[in-house]
Amino acid sequence: MFSLRNCFSVFIAALTTCAAVVNATPSSLGRPATPAEIKAWDIDVRPDFKGLPAGSGSVKLGQEVWEAKCESCHGVFGESNEVFTPIAGGTTKADMTSGRVSGMVLGAKNAAAQRTTLMKLSELSTLWDYINRAMPWNNPKTLTTEEVYAVTAYVLHLGDIVPADFVLSDKNIREVQKTLPNRNGKTRQHGLWNVGDKPDVQGDKCVANCVKATTIGSSLPDYARNAHGNLADQHRLIGAVRGLNTAGAVASNVTANTPKSTSSTPDPLKLAQQHACTACHGVANKLLGPSLTEIHKKYAGTVDVVSVLAAKIKAGGSGVWGAIPMPAQAHVPDADIQAIAAWLAAGKF
Amino acid sequence: MNDFNSTQMGRLQKAPEFFLSREAMTLSRDDRRSFLRRAFVAASGVAAAAAGGRALASEGDPAILKLPTHSTGLGAPVAAKGYGTPSKYEENLQRRESPGLTRVSAASVSFAPLQGFFGIITPSGLHFERHHQGFWDIDPRQHRFMINGLVKTPKVFTMDDLMRMPCVSRMHFIECGANTGMEWGNVAVPTVQYTHGMLSCCEFTGVPLKWLLDDCGIDLKKAKYVLAEGADGSGMTRTINLANALDDVMVAYGMNGEMLRPENGYPLRLVVPGVQGVSWVKYLRRIEVGDMPYAAKDENLHYVDLLPDGALRTYTSIQEVKSVITTPSGGQVLLDKGFYAITGIAWSGRGKIRRVEISTDGGKNWKDARLETPVLDKCLTRFNFNWTWNGSDAILQSRATDSTGHIQPTMTALRAARGTRSTYHNNSIQSWLVSANGEVSNVQLA
Ligand code: HEC
Ligand code: HEC
Repeated sequence: MFSLRNCFSVFIAALTTCAAVVNATPSSLGRPATPAEIKAWDIDVRPDFKGLPAGSGSVKLGQEVWEAKCESCHGVFGESNEVFTPIAGGTTKADMTSGRVSGMVLGAKNAAAQRTTLMKLSELSTLWDYINRAMPWNNPKTLTTEEVYAVTAYVLHLGDIVPADFVLSDKNIREVQKTLPNRNGKTRQHGLWNVGDKPDVQGDKCVANCVKATTIGSSLPDYARNAHGNLADQHRLIGAVRGLNTAGAVASNVTANTPKSTSSTPDPLKLAQQHACTACHGVANKLLGPSLTEIHKKYAGTVDVVSVLAAKIKAGGSGVWGAIPMPAQAHVPDADIQAIAAWLAAGKF
Repeated sequence: MNDFNSTQMGRLQKAPEFFLSREAMTLSRDDRRSFLRRAFVAASGVAAAAAGGRALASEGDPAILKLPTHSTGLGAPVAAKGYGTPSKYEENLQRRESPGLTRVSAASVSFAPLQGFFGIITPSGLHFERHHQGFWDIDPRQHRFMINGLVKTPKVFTMDDLMRMPCVSRMHFIECGANTGMEWGNVAVPTVQYTHGMLSCCEFTGVPLKWLLDDCGIDLKKAKYVLAEGADGSGMTRTINLANALDDVMVAYGMNGEMLRPENGYPLRLVVPGVQGVSWVKYLRRIEVGDMPYAAKDENLHYVDLLPDGALRTYTSIQEVKSVITTPSGGQVLLDKGFYAITGIAWSGRGKIRRVEISTDGGKNWKDARLETPVLDKCLTRFNFNWTWNGSDAILQSRATDSTGHIQPTMTALRAARGTRSTYHNNSIQSWLVSANGEVSNVQLA
């Protein structure tokens, strides 16, 4: 069915696009890939471990790799310091036997606050492939094959799935797969894969007197009114409606809703928002990181305060305010970092 | 019924140039005649406007009576901007992050300001963003695209090759699987930008993947799936169903008449109509033809839908029938009683939108909205509905039906089947409460 219909539509498209194409078949461009090119790019590892390069790596080496290249973001024990998704934790020996992580069940006594990588993982190939292609995050595809085996083994060890003296290899990886805590935890029984699949939830056709009473079950709490900033600044200045002013006091807020300065000096608050500083720093309140006001106070009077702050922002760091680290912000352009640093130093938020 | 002429127009009250507070709204209702004057006085520092308010009462509108500089002066020359940008007065409509949703901005998402869009096409600069490992501006002369796996001849294509081939242009929506994901448990965000803004719709231009697979001699006896892989640090990989791959999947370089934007995968991305955005692999470098799903990180650890019994649904890909009213919507204020054009968008990953119904009483009664053309396959459809607000509480909802007969469900029905921790694929009916003070807010019905 599919191929017939498609052949036909390709044919029609070719006819209407350009007559010459009908004779020349629509493409024949490109060139054969060389074996070396395919080897360089075909790095995926499938659930049946097709594509896995031969090799091995120990938990011991894995720990070294982890401490040098992963820990800064993911934490000593893969618990992620609350900044990144936690990797290990939440799985038990019993889960390894059943192949289903009991902490995933709604209301389970041992339900983890956050579902970790190892709680969800059903294919070991996924972990190997992903670390190999994408980690470390800021320097992907730089680990050797041995390091990938080793750090994969170390992650498994953090989850108590392999012992401390384990060496993971292409020879034993299938055996480890058979012990993964959530290897039986996936289902493809749903209607969201093929276009023709039957949806699992169908809406109601009713058009008149469909419900007796409407009760509001959930709405945004008042304290969250301005969690997304001033909504008046997120709506057009004209039209049938205006954005709700959620800045400041609710009662006296007839605010001039004029666009901000259009001059080329950047608005530092905007920059801080654009670079997601505000995801971790509130102006007056502590989020993951200290409030901007606290930072300003702490460094007021420091010599060369702007460059000190700029350097701190660029490099990130930990231990000054608590255990949670601030990731390096090297991706933020220097000019923006300078502008934000000057703004923090001035403290006029 | 839903006919403009039969609708009693409300007494249109000229909106002040400045934003209305709750107080002003109340004033407006309490004392209509003095409202304008008071609102203008309250907007301090706008003497001219206040004067204008008075002038309005006597001779007329100063915006008419007093010629502005743009009527009496010389405007800017051509090519003052080699690449045009929106008016400075449109600055409020920006892509925005949802505070606290993600921890680092290079593995995050920015939401498109749906509250400000008209029609169905998303302006390229306001297309939502989702990056897993930052975005790049890649030199297109150095970009290569490879097809390998179960094909007779694995091949490499340059951008020159791809752009020389016959091409198609089609309009499709792209929606992140996690769109509306923050709302599974309860109301979490204030506006349609954050509830539904991981959604965009553009015209894409490129080569149907099928032509390229045919060109490489795909082994249709063995092939069952293809893997798409990106060239960036994340090396994003996703398994695509072969049926989709041979149907309308496209290797695209064009978006809204120009090249893709860097944020959207310049110079090459996969377009997988009807399927969640993560499968539309950006910086596309490779397609591998295979015979089993690949269980990539973003189909084994993420983009998996958690059920109450702890099972994770994997390969949930299709974005099911869905719609949302964009005006009036959460975080907006209605300026007065009277006529409003309720407007919004509907879409389905299974086909075309067949029908959109509107309820203004929280789902008790439903009436058909007008579908604006074009109504296309796996594309946004704009709907409109004429409504007169009588000034009392109203709950606005839209309900879409697609060409397969699938009807958009309520949040309650979705939760009954999938619980509250599913994260992805929330296509429930959205409810906006219009309160008597004109404020519109995001609510969920019990
Ligand atoms: C600079 C910070 C950083 C470093 C260093 C880093 N990671 Fe990551 N890691 C991340 C981020 C951010 C993500 C999520 C990426 C995304 O959103 O797709 C992630 C995701 C992961 C995941 C997937 C977790 C999941 O459940 O989705 C694994 C596994 C992982 N990292 C392992 C490692 C290993 C092993 C190393 C060291 C070789 C490492 N990471 C180094 C930031 C980092
Ligand atoms: C992922 C969360 C996160 C993001 C994003 C983030 N920070 Fe931080 N920031 C932190 C944490 C946590 C600390 C405290 C670190 C510590 O205790 O040393 C911190 C500390 C700081 C400090 C004080 C450093 C010191 O040594 O006293 C400054 C300045 C700062 N951040 C600025 C910024 C700026 C500017 C940005 C955006 C470019 C930003 N941060 C983005 C989490 C973050």
